[in-house]
Amino acid sequence: MTPAVSAAPAALAPGLRAALADLLLSMADDEFVSGFTDSEWTGIAPILEEDVAMSSIAQDELGHARALYELLAAVLDDDRDADALAFDREPDAYRHAALLDHARGDWADTIARRFLYELADEARLASIGSGYPSLAELVAKLRREERYHRMHLVAWIRRLAEGTGDARARLERALAALASDAATVFTPLAGEAALLEAGVLTRSMSAAEAAWRADLTAILVPLGLAVPPHVELAGPRGAARFGAGRTLHGDAFRWLWGEFTSVRHSDPGATW
Amino acid sequence: MTASVPLPRPSAPLPSPTPADILGLLGSVHDPEIPAISIVDLGIVERAEVTADGRIEVELLPTFVGCPALDVIRGSVEAALAPLGRDASVAFTWCVPWTSDRITEAGRSALAAVGFAPPAEPGEVRCPYCRSERVVMDSAFGPTQCRSLFYCRSCRQPFEAFKPI
Repeated sequence: MTPAVSAAPAALAPGLRAALADLLLSMADDEFVSGFTDSEWTGIAPILEEDVAMSSIAQDELGHARALYELLAAVLDDDRDADALAFDREPDAYRHAALLDHARGDWADTIARRFLYELADEARLASIGSGYPSLAELVAKLRREERYHRMHLVAWIRRLAEGTGDARARLERALAALASDAATVFTPLAGEAALLEAGVLTRSMSAAEAAWRADLTAILVPLGLAVPPHVELAGPRGAARFGAGRTLHGDAFRWLWGEFTSVRHSDPGATW
Repeated sequence: MTASVPLPRPSAPLPSPTPADILGLLGSVHDPEIPAISIVDLGIVERAEVTADGRIEVELLPTFVGCPALDVIRGSVEAALAPLGRDASVAFTWCVPWTSDRITEAGRSALAAVGFAPPAEPGEVRCPYCRSERVVMDSAFGPTQCRSLFYCRSCRQPFEAFKPI
């Protein structure tokens, strides 16, 4: 990936710079891991149209990740480009949410995970203010694209929920398996106060989570599906369960990491 | 027959190109995924100007953030501007979101002529072949990020429509 977009980082106070880097890293890693997991369906999705759709969504998310890694590279200014940030870290250094730490699974697993994530990402994007203009400009663009993903995932949740016994049962099982990880996109950020003060964020992650719950409730409850319970994301219990600041990842992600770094590792330093 | 005398090469620098000159050259650059339409008619040229020190600066708006054609388009723009003999920088920016409203009327006609419905909300898409309103969206996602799949119930042709964004 060569840099596609020019971005001039504004002069940032050190505390704000670190907080902004944390936010960008978690957003970029979420989109990146989600996009790569979705791309596992390319060629084997249940029907041809869905193969095209899931591949297109994966391509969108990887593109969003690239743009976010480029913003992050400008903020960090440590000679790492978007490729280095995306591919040259050990698995433990990724900061994606535990919700995205699951294997592709079956179609219901994928739809359940993507639906929970899509609505969470939307609530997070809606929390980005104008404090860091490069990010605000990108987010305005991302939100125009993400509405297609939302339409698609909501349609699939309805289709499976209103489907025959097997479809509904698999969806219920998938949502139950993800319930305790569902809200992890909203794990509080270490520098959240600085981001709020600078207007990079317009509301806290917990306020964004509340908006997400209302959104989920309006869709899931009429279908007779359970809304994921509230889970402690921070503090000692959150850290024990998810790692402090999204640091704990499982075998499914380690496998995916091996896949998505394999080409990069085959010829380190090559220009692709 | 007398030996031909080579014409003296002009020593004065070429006159500074105007933004219109630049746009004229960019009119020959096409999106590789939609060859029917120039990048000017696609509405992705946000800024084209000559700086005080004589360099050319072009800013482009990606249609989709993850568009894989960006590097190809950048290279094509640089090649198209090469005859001007000046340093040219080509950058992509999000400062203004590209929206499908930016496609020109000429661009919309060019799209329709090759069987792409120009961007419209799903209820307003018309068949590019027979202009029928009796169309259905098969899938919001098509062969590229910016296109959806439709089917015309009147002339029974599948076709692609630009996503409104």
